[in-house]
Amino acid sequence: MSDFQTVIGLEVHAEFSTQSKMFCGCPVVDSTEAAPNSAVCEICTGMPGTLPVLNARAVEFAIRVALALDCEIANTSVFARKNYFYPDLPKGFQISQYSLPLAEHGHLTIETPDGEKDIRIRRVHLEEDTGRLLHRDGFSLIDFNRSGVPLLEIVSEPDIHSVEEVRAYATGLRSILRYLDVCSGDMEKGAIRFEANVSVRPLGSPQLGTRTEIKNLNSFRSMVRAVSHEVKRQTQLLCEGKEISQETLGWDVARGVTVSQRSKEEAHDYRYFPEPDLPPLYVDDTWIESIRESLPELPLARQKRLIVEHDLPPYQAGILTSEKEIADFFDAAVETGLAPPIKLAHWITGDLFSLLNQENIDLQQSKITPVALAELVSIVERGEINLTSGKTVLAEVFFTGRDPSKIIAKFSLDQVSDVEEIARLVSEVLNANPEQVSAYLAGKQPLFQWFFGQVMAAAKGRANPQILQEQLAAAFQQYQQSSAEE
Amino acid sequence: MGLSIEEVRHIADLARLRLTSDEERRYTEQLSAILEYAARLKAVDTSHIPPTATVLPLRAPLRPDVPRPSTPREHILSNAPQEKEGMFRVPPVLDTTS
Amino acid sequence: MTELSDLNLLEAAQALRSGMTTSQELTETCLARIEACDDAVQAFLALTPDLAMQQAKSADERILSWRKKSDEPLPLVCGIPLAVKDVLCLQDVPTTCGSRILEGFRPPYTATSVQRLIQAGSVILGKTNTDEFAMGSSTENSAYGPTHNPWKLERVPGGSSGGSAAAVAARMCFAALGTDTGGSVRQPASFCGVSGLKTSYGRVSRYGLIAYGSSLDTVGCLARNAADLQPIFTIMAGHDPLDSTCLVDPVPQVSLDQIELRGLRIGVPREYFIEGMQTEVETSVREAVGVYESLGAVVSEISLPHTDLAVPVYYLIAPAEASANLARFDGIRFGPRIEGADLLAEYLDTRGTLFGSEVKRRIMLGTYALSAGYYDAYYGQAQKVRTLIKADFEEAFQKVDLIACPVAPTTAFPIGQHGDDPLAMYLEDVFTLPANLAGVPGLSFPVGYDSDGLPIGMQLIAPHLAEASLLQATHAYQSTTAWHKEQPSL
Repeated sequence: MSDFQTVIGLEVHAEFSTQSKMFCGCPVVDSTEAAPNSAVCEICTGMPGTLPVLNARAVEFAIRVALALDCEIANTSVFARKNYFYPDLPKGFQISQYSLPLAEHGHLTIETPDGEKDIRIRRVHLEEDTGRLLHRDGFSLIDFNRSGVPLLEIVSEPDIHSVEEVRAYATGLRSILRYLDVCSGDMEKGAIRFEANVSVRPLGSPQLGTRTEIKNLNSFRSMVRAVSHEVKRQTQLLCEGKEISQETLGWDVARGVTVSQRSKEEAHDYRYFPEPDLPPLYVDDTWIESIRESLPELPLARQKRLIVEHDLPPYQAGILTSEKEIADFFDAAVETGLAPPIKLAHWITGDLFSLLNQENIDLQQSKITPVALAELVSIVERGEINLTSGKTVLAEVFFTGRDPSKIIAKFSLDQVSDVEEIARLVSEVLNANPEQVSAYLAGKQPLFQWFFGQVMAAAKGRANPQILQEQLAAAFQQYQQSSAEE
Repeated sequence: MGLSIEEVRHIADLARLRLTSDEERRYTEQLSAILEYAARLKAVDTSHIPPTATVLPLRAPLRPDVPRPSTPREHILSNAPQEKEGMFRVPPVLDTTS
Repeated sequence: MTELSDLNLLEAAQALRSGMTTSQELTETCLARIEACDDAVQAFLALTPDLAMQQAKSADERILSWRKKSDEPLPLVCGIPLAVKDVLCLQDVPTTCGSRILEGFRPPYTATSVQRLIQAGSVILGKTNTDEFAMGSSTENSAYGPTHNPWKLERVPGGSSGGSAAAVAARMCFAALGTDTGGSVRQPASFCGVSGLKTSYGRVSRYGLIAYGSSLDTVGCLARNAADLQPIFTIMAGHDPLDSTCLVDPVPQVSLDQIELRGLRIGVPREYFIEGMQTEVETSVREAVGVYESLGAVVSEISLPHTDLAVPVYYLIAPAEASANLARFDGIRFGPRIEGADLLAEYLDTRGTLFGSEVKRRIMLGTYALSAGYYDAYYGQAQKVRTLIKADFEEAFQKVDLIACPVAPTTAFPIGQHGDDPLAMYLEDVFTLPANLAGVPGLSFPVGYDSDGLPIGMQLIAPHLAEASLLQATHAYQSTTAWHKEQPSL
């Protein structure tokens, strides 16, 4: 394997979280949840005679991303029609950009074991999303809620040389999109989608190997798995002295293999031509500069700042800055001056992260504030409570949002830590709320917090949160087992 | 300058038009004649001439990002030859055709 | 009641204001006239009598309250029955584009141009016949049968707005909307002896106009004279936030009499008088130019050197745009569907069966012109030569104020004459295509009749957005001549 070099170029499609669609005023809705065809009009369903009018915010979002990727932005860019037939494409063409894209020649810096590396960005352009197909037994259905949602295509140069790098590149890009507040980054909902061009060549070879294109990689995991499978497949073929055929591949999630969709000969002829219904897009330098000034500090810069300012280990600084809300939380906690930054970093990336993972929620959904965390950490640092108690208090703050010093005051006075007593309260509450129990078991995760609150209330706020939580979790597990047995 | 019948079939395929063999023959002849006539454009020196995609000296107008109510679903579906579950129904689409 | 249908639009508007007649009476007159003549002419694809009578009733109420308290201006088109070419969407009314692929389609919305007239109080009588998707110059390419020229029923009315031109000529309506992508308002106006305005590209919203060649399509209107065209034009024209190519420029409200013909420079392009042209057409056009000269205009010969390239340029650009515009007709969201073994078969059969042969020909031509390996030689080169054709006009308008020229090499030809020779048919569009490629406005109006008694048209062409000069200059001609008052004996 080590005798070969992997060459990967990645195309990323990011759905913008604008209020309205790219070319019509229909609201952008969560197309995986909204009632089908409930956010559509004659324009985004391609009714005859309709015309597109460009959404200013979509252009602004695209410029934000292009600037964050250090691209050159074209003052004048042109929309083009990309022609192909598919039932989810109502007009029979997609409005995209072709020969004159909005931005070109940028780069994204990623971290590799060998240090920082620049992946060049070839182009960044705006286009519209298609509708969604739902497959049923013997027929398919089309929902156009997603049709016309603004989409940004970001195309890298073939500068990516390993699966680790492709992961770092994709993660870095997602992080930037979320920092810029232009894309939810929600992979499950298809907010970011990938296409990868993969080739392999003997080390030192000046020529690129024959490449394949893997389409429709709709999750992070699929992308990484598909690319690593494809690299292995191609390397194996080369080792066996076989040739690689240029083709378009799909990713079979179930079988974990790439499958051929189209050979080079069957390649699409998209017949691009300038979209006559839209004059060229003009963005003046004043606009570009005002957007540049409004850009937030980006993940990599922020990571470096944390390392320098607070002497954090690079890995930890990286975790803290991968999501803007976490980095903001950390900065705000540091700002209080109550606790040492390095300790705050430990608490956030340690216990707070475990609570978030355990509850499968975002930081905003928890009740903890930066001030509360800083206060708690300062109390622990002063030795007023020990680390174990500190963790218990953290959990209570996390679920209730109460002031840590108050929790501690109460806690030390009359906390109920009797496991049996708490288990009794838990089963009382569960028995009294059968509907909520079934809802929780059916997957309504946030109800856990509600139950926690109910039991805590039953204990008049005196239950040991750690024990309460354990008992509640145990009780649910029991429910689950017994219902599975039925 | 003439088109072959294979080219005509290929174009018809790209344009998703089923042609009868009579149509294939006729279009081969007629399109060849038209393209032959159009070949006179090649004689024009346009090396320094920019293309005209639109006659208007316009820039794309930008619309504020303000959602407006969508069209009721039943209006959008009212012309559909086949609908089901509030959606447009088509024969099964194989994922590989995308 | 024939007297009422003999009124022109402005006379009818006057009669409404004075209370001499009502919109309901005018509408009934038109519907009766349609009932009497349209079996022979076949101008309409769909009639909307109920909608029309309802609109007429509201118009009458509006006129009545205006008469009581006339501080709110009353649009001249209020209460006037009009016809609309069937490529413009009218909500819930069948809109077919003369194609089987849109049979039964009822748009969920109304075109901006039509909507503005309805808001101004106009009465919509129905939808008029057209060459399928406005592709043609004879209205023979309609899937619902040809329209007949009211002057001689075995002749074509011209096209593609042949239904609208015939309806106006046969006095079935006071004016009609048409569209002009390569001459589709001016040529049928010429063949039917009516006045037809092709507006500047960008002047009237295309929203709701079912696209053929998007960079060329314009909405226009046809009426019995230029003075009748003006109120329709001014209502329709002007910015529309739903069309990114619709200009914000204000539409000047001018008086048609305010034109100084003395010293007006009229250019006559030598390339528009070609071999094989019907001599009577040349004679009548030159005579009409003579009328302008006698009124004080300064006439000179000019050159539009790239005119002969307009046919190949147009017949690459328009079909290329059409090949994409017509991709949405796939039998999935609207229109009939030919069911098949699988999705691909349904695409192929629906489109292959339900599009007519001219439409398929142009889709094929356009697909080819855009396809890999041919784009630069065909579509790309056509766009560059288009620049030269546009520049011809810009240069000419440095020297002259208006251009006067024939609309078509002949008068209305017999139905079926062109058979299956598309190139011969395309070549006949040579006088109308250049204005579309340049985006400039043109107005066609009758300037004589040939020995068969068929109308001969002349067109005036003005710089971009100078529709007012066209209307004024035509009005000046029509104030001293009577060709436009001739009527077919139908």
